[in-house]
Amino acid sequence: MPGWLRRHRGIIPYLFLVPGGLWLTLFFVVPLITTASVALQEGSLGTGYRLTFNFGIFVEAIQTWDTQLVRSLQFGLIVTVLTMLIGYPMAYTIAFRGGRYKNILLLFVIMPFFTSFIIRTISWKFILADQGFVLGTLKDLGIVEDSFRLLATPVAVISGITYNFLPFVVLPLYVALERIDPRLIEAANDLYASRFQAFLRVTLPLSISGVFAASLLSFIPAVGDYLNAELLGSRNETMIGNVIQRLYLVNNDYPQASALSLILMLGILVSVVVYRRFLRGQELTV
Amino acid sequence: MPEADVRLDRVTKRFGDFTAVDDLSLTMERGEFFALLGPSGCGKTTTLRMIGGFEEVTAGTVYLGGADVTELPPFKRNVNTVFQNYALFPHLDVYENIAFGLRRRRVPEGEVRAQVKFMLKLVDLPGYEKRRPNQLSGGQQQRVALARALINSPQVLLLDEPLGALDLKLRKQMQVELKRIQSEIGITFIFVTHDQEEAMTMSDRIAVMREGRIEQLGRPEELYERPASSFVAGFLGVSNLLDGEVVGRHGELVDVQLGDGTLVRAPAAASNGDTHVRVGVRPEKLRVTSSHTEAPRSVEDTNALEGTVLDASYIGVSTQYIVQTADGHKLTVYAQNLETSGASEALADGQTVQLTWRPQHTFVIARTDRDVDATPQYEEGQVPS
Ligand SMILES: Nc1ncnc2c1ncn2[C@@H]1O[C@H](COP(=O)(O)OP(=O)(O)O)[C@@H](O)[C@H]1O
Ligand SMILES: [Mg+2]
Repeated sequence: MPGWLRRHRGIIPYLFLVPGGLWLTLFFVVPLITTASVALQEGSLGTGYRLTFNFGIFVEAIQTWDTQLVRSLQFGLIVTVLTMLIGYPMAYTIAFRGGRYKNILLLFVIMPFFTSFIIRTISWKFILADQGFVLGTLKDLGIVEDSFRLLATPVAVISGITYNFLPFVVLPLYVALERIDPRLIEAANDLYASRFQAFLRVTLPLSISGVFAASLLSFIPAVGDYLNAELLGSRNETMIGNVIQRLYLVNNDYPQASALSLILMLGILVSVVVYRRFLRGQELTV
Repeated sequence: MPEADVRLDRVTKRFGDFTAVDDLSLTMERGEFFALLGPSGCGKTTTLRMIGGFEEVTAGTVYLGGADVTELPPFKRNVNTVFQNYALFPHLDVYENIAFGLRRRRVPEGEVRAQVKFMLKLVDLPGYEKRRPNQLSGGQQQRVALARALINSPQVLLLDEPLGALDLKLRKQMQVELKRIQSEIGITFIFVTHDQEEAMTMSDRIAVMREGRIEQLGRPEELYERPASSFVAGFLGVSNLLDGEVVGRHGELVDVQLGDGTLVRAPAAASNGDTHVRVGVRPEKLRVTSSHTEAPRSVEDTNALEGTVLDASYIGVSTQYIVQTADGHKLTVYAQNLETSGASEALADGQTVQLTWRPQHTFVIARTDRDVDATPQYEEGQVPS
């Protein structure tokens, strides 16, 4: 065997791909095929399922759940914009002004991960509660009306998702910004660019790969998220993730749940491709 | 009196407790090629960055063309910089890199195109418009950086070790190129380098810096022929230094008695009236002769020292001797191989010789506490002691 390996040295790098490849085949490709096949089956738990190539199910699913699909994309988009607006300045400050506190500041960014995602979202429920310490106090002071509520509104759900995915945005942005040579910004200033112009013409284009990675890491999980809508929202904030979860686990309507999952995947894939083209255009503008 | 283009008036820069530039005053004249020369860490870059506006001054005033610009940000100063390692924009092609400054000033497209074209020709890079910086060699990047700065027709161009990253051959070539470009467009160049040879061949004037101060300022030949301190003498080439006392004066010359009692003569003007001095002479000014062929010598117009050859190395153009004097000083001598035709004719190791030189070629340095020799960067690698 070592003799064989020695003769085919070129193969060694590919051997390193084997564990990851097996892992992905097992936990991504196989489920994906299963999901696709389940979507195209008809039947019920009682009578059993048969593969009927019922492509009409996709149309049916979109028609039934169009509100939730659109809402998910909307929420995902808003969350992405918000995380970017909050995260970019954070990453920028840490990268360019962090000095010797860089690592500590980054630690603060990922600190929330030390506690479970669910626990943190539940605590948001307490914070935003109608008579919780924030709204309760504001109401006692007469600053907001008694009927005002945050819980069970889009604001609560979007804030929750934004909060949960912020670190995923800050980290790739930080990595991209930290790589930029500060002398490039000085060079821009030297060539008559104001601070803002230097940002627009040099810093931003050079961090665009980070912006892309960061927005994917917030948009994709945000669109598919169901926990925040579940805990912080009402029926009016139901997202597609909640629908899929209910179809699978409550209604046991596996074909429809699978079809919706595939539609969601495809929707995200298309958004990503469109977005990538848009950014590529941006990068080249001067 | 030529017009001042850049003037630093008692400028100081501190980083915390550390003083990088210390109460520095300097005037650069219009159209001049001015070099800031000194060892690494002496404050050259910091000085340049204060002129460019990248570093706030702790105290003092910076004038550009007579106007006080101390408080102005870089983009409001009419100077441009060629950065150490160039700092080209990696996401822009050569054309857009060069056009960057004009675009920020909203110059019309047609004019931008014409000027970029002109600049590419000036730096000898036509046809490279569409290349990205990472597709260029070091020398080409250097030219783009130069074009990117010059296209703005700045009043002053600042260059921070612009040739430092190039190999020796390219470096020599770019030195000539830079000189040509500077004389073609006639703007002031302020050039930072730690390479004495580069500074000497390129500059009209050189300020030798040391620990945030100017050690000596002058034309290259002034600095070389009449260094004002051991530091300058050692930094600009090889020099032989001998301690002595001024014991008398004869018109234009002073008598200096060396440690071993020998009397040598030096120009009185150079001695500045000091008594405790160091006399110096450059290796190529020394004549070495075998003691047997005792040359007729008169103290009036020749200085002479006896010594023993420690080492002779034949280097083609010249032969380098290390000669030890009676009291142990080692002197370096470059003897041109005018009449000899090979190593065999050189003086042999251990031979007793006489070193002679003209009093006018002697320089005099006051002995001070700061008399520590510089770490010179000459090529032959012999350190005079
Ligand atoms: N931003 C800074 N903070 C602290 N010290 C600095 C800074 N910039 C330069 N220095 C110090 O100032 C001194 C002069 O630096 P510099 O001007 O870069 O020297 P040179 O260009 O002559 O090599 C050095 O000792 C350097 O360490
Ligand atoms: Mg420097």
